[in-house]
Amino acid sequence: MTVQLDARPPVAPAPPPPTGRFSRLDTRLSPYLYIAPFFLLFAVFGVYPLAYTFWVSLHDWDLLGTEHPFVGAENYTRLLADVDFWHALVNTLGIFVISTVPQLLAALWLANLLNRGLRARTGWRMAILVPNVTSTAAVAIVFGVIFGREFGMINWLLDLVGMDPIGWKSNRFASWVAISAMVDWRWTGYNALILLAAMQAIPRDLYESASIDGANRTRQFWSITVPLLKPTIIFCAIIATIGGLQLFTEPRLFHSGTNPIRGGPMRESQTLTMYMFENAFAPHYNFGYGSAVAWLLFALIAIVAAVNVLLLRRLGGRSGPDARKETPR
Amino acid sequence: MAVFPRRRLAAVALAATTALLVTAGCGGGDEEGGDGPVTLTVDVFGQFGYEQLYQEYMAANPDVKIVERGTGTNLDEYSPKLTQWLAAGRGAGDVVAIEEGLLVEYKANPGNFVNLLDHGAADLKGNFLEWKWNAGLTADGKQLIGLGTDVGGIAMCYRKDLFEKAGLPTERDEVSKLWPTWPDYIATGEKFVAAKTGASFLDAATNTFNTILLQTAGNSGGYSYYDTSEKLVVDSNPAVRQAYDTTMDIIDSGLSGKYGSWSEEWVSAFKQSKFATIACPAWMTGVIEANAGPAAQGKWDIAQVPGNGGNWGGSHLAVPKQSKHQAKAIELAKFLTSAKGQIGAFKAKGPLPSSPQALDDPAITGATNTYFSGAPVGSIFGTGAKSLKPVYMGPKNQAVRTEVENAVRTVELGQRSPAQGWTDAVTNAKKAAAK
Repeated sequence: MTVQLDARPPVAPAPPPPTGRFSRLDTRLSPYLYIAPFFLLFAVFGVYPLAYTFWVSLHDWDLLGTEHPFVGAENYTRLLADVDFWHALVNTLGIFVISTVPQLLAALWLANLLNRGLRARTGWRMAILVPNVTSTAAVAIVFGVIFGREFGMINWLLDLVGMDPIGWKSNRFASWVAISAMVDWRWTGYNALILLAAMQAIPRDLYESASIDGANRTRQFWSITVPLLKPTIIFCAIIATIGGLQLFTEPRLFHSGTNPIRGGPMRESQTLTMYMFENAFAPHYNFGYGSAVAWLLFALIAIVAAVNVLLLRRLGGRSGPDARKETPR
Repeated sequence: MAVFPRRRLAAVALAATTALLVTAGCGGGDEEGGDGPVTLTVDVFGQFGYEQLYQEYMAANPDVKIVERGTGTNLDEYSPKLTQWLAAGRGAGDVVAIEEGLLVEYKANPGNFVNLLDHGAADLKGNFLEWKWNAGLTADGKQLIGLGTDVGGIAMCYRKDLFEKAGLPTERDEVSKLWPTWPDYIATGEKFVAAKTGASFLDAATNTFNTILLQTAGNSGGYSYYDTSEKLVVDSNPAVRQAYDTTMDIIDSGLSGKYGSWSEEWVSAFKQSKFATIACPAWMTGVIEANAGPAAQGKWDIAQVPGNGGNWGGSHLAVPKQSKHQAKAIELAKFLTSAKGQIGAFKAKGPLPSSPQALDDPAITGATNTYFSGAPVGSIFGTGAKSLKPVYMGPKNQAVRTEVENAVRTVELGQRSPAQGWTDAVTNAKKAAAK
């Protein structure tokens, strides 16, 4: 990140005065042309779908129908009074919290381990990324089998130690735990690598002087590593938030059989994206209502991301060496 | 690193937006047209048994190449995809299968499909059972959406080896005599459970519930969740309540293995011989064979269903308007739904013909199924097929059925009492119907 705030480049020698019309156009337009590809792509794949989804959400839009009457905010008012929507919201947040918190802590711990002088370091570092390159669908199906009610491995192990089997797919909290396990298995290594990269950017001399001052490893970790990692931790937390709130493949494939999109007979682990899908597509095909869910989800992600930033800034800002710089402008 | 909160926030918002958008879906692929043979795509679910017929058709029509998609998929995976393809205007096959429960929804928007009446289909009317033909027509009778493939006459499939273990008769005629009615079926189940074979009596209460409902509805008003004026009658139709109560007795007697139908566990339970009976519409025989695998060949047999007949399922073949080869696709659909095509499918995977000519054909009446211990499937399913009473399906049938079956499932899993389950079923069904 740069500190350069001034938009104009610090031009030292005055440019030769533009001669013809063409070169004047060139200096004016070409910068925009250079940056245009991003904005064009963003407009086509970003702004347009967003706006179109919003437009759809204001209509009574049957997916197969030919007429889509305008209904204003009706989809939104109905949605806010829809218990299944709030139920899905609680599921999403619940799974998000019990997956993200242990995941980031574990990633931090793993990164710290990998940052030490281990034998076959590169091998270890690559190994922790392996779960991430496995296809989500494969992971979800395998976990779905492992957490099966009757033929699942976990319940078999529980049985070995004399415990009652758990209905992993029909108990709300148990299904959250199972899905979180899946998410963490896949993403902990990825976050650990990002944190590791940031750890290696921390100047060694900080640790050296800390050692001279008599700080042990734990103290060094909490007083040097964690505060200096804060921007990276925020990055990881935000990425995890976006992923967590949009969780779809794992819970969807965790359930199999008839109407798995419900996430269990009583919607035990139906996330918001699944609820969106259930309404926009089978069995309701109500595209307008589904689009309204999508927009509320968007708002929710924005809110949670903002809360994340505020919280994490406060947490790290108290004791870090750069606490001074952190005071709000 | 210097920190600029406002910029960071903006970056976060941008990152959030981008990430959200990256997850946008993508469409299906298409093949390019060309001069060579035309490729016709056929979209199906479950087991339609068309492979042999495709070979024959391609041999007779060298300018056509047929590709089937979706074999073995569950209806819940198939129907949303088909709907998306239709809504998007591209992606659907040239010939698509439509299950009876979804036909009403598709008929409400007939513009998505070719009107087969414009392509000489009217002459084929006599080739189908009357109600099957009518089911493919729009309400005004002016457009024919699809030609009928099969009907779902119901029997009861059972495991001979497990029955023997439990000390029950194993011959199909004797087994049929065990359960003239559903209470008799439950009584037999209780004997089976008492014998502690390590298997359950039936696979899932939801499957049995749907069977009882369609049977009861067919024998009474001819409608289930919706009456024929398309009014939701889930709480006032005695057939629904009666089916629910019988199912509660089944659950109460501990007969169900609780393997959620069509789930991975359900498939495992087939493989591991974990249940002894399953309500068996004709098309289910193909599903059983695919799930239980060759190891169980000769261990299954087929008896009469308790109660009196009934129809579950059955499909139509339609040609979407978006097809680039409509004429050729219509010819293929006509071939597959002809008496000959229906007999071929029946021999391969068991779906019961909806053509009276096919039903009278010795190839059907004399048909046996080696997988099911040589059971005379032709006479078991075929007898009475012509007198099958269809059940009317309302506009949101699929969504309502989902809610009611989930309520049954919660009781089966012990999450709800039967009374709570009924309240849930009615409340959620009404909500789903209003969506």
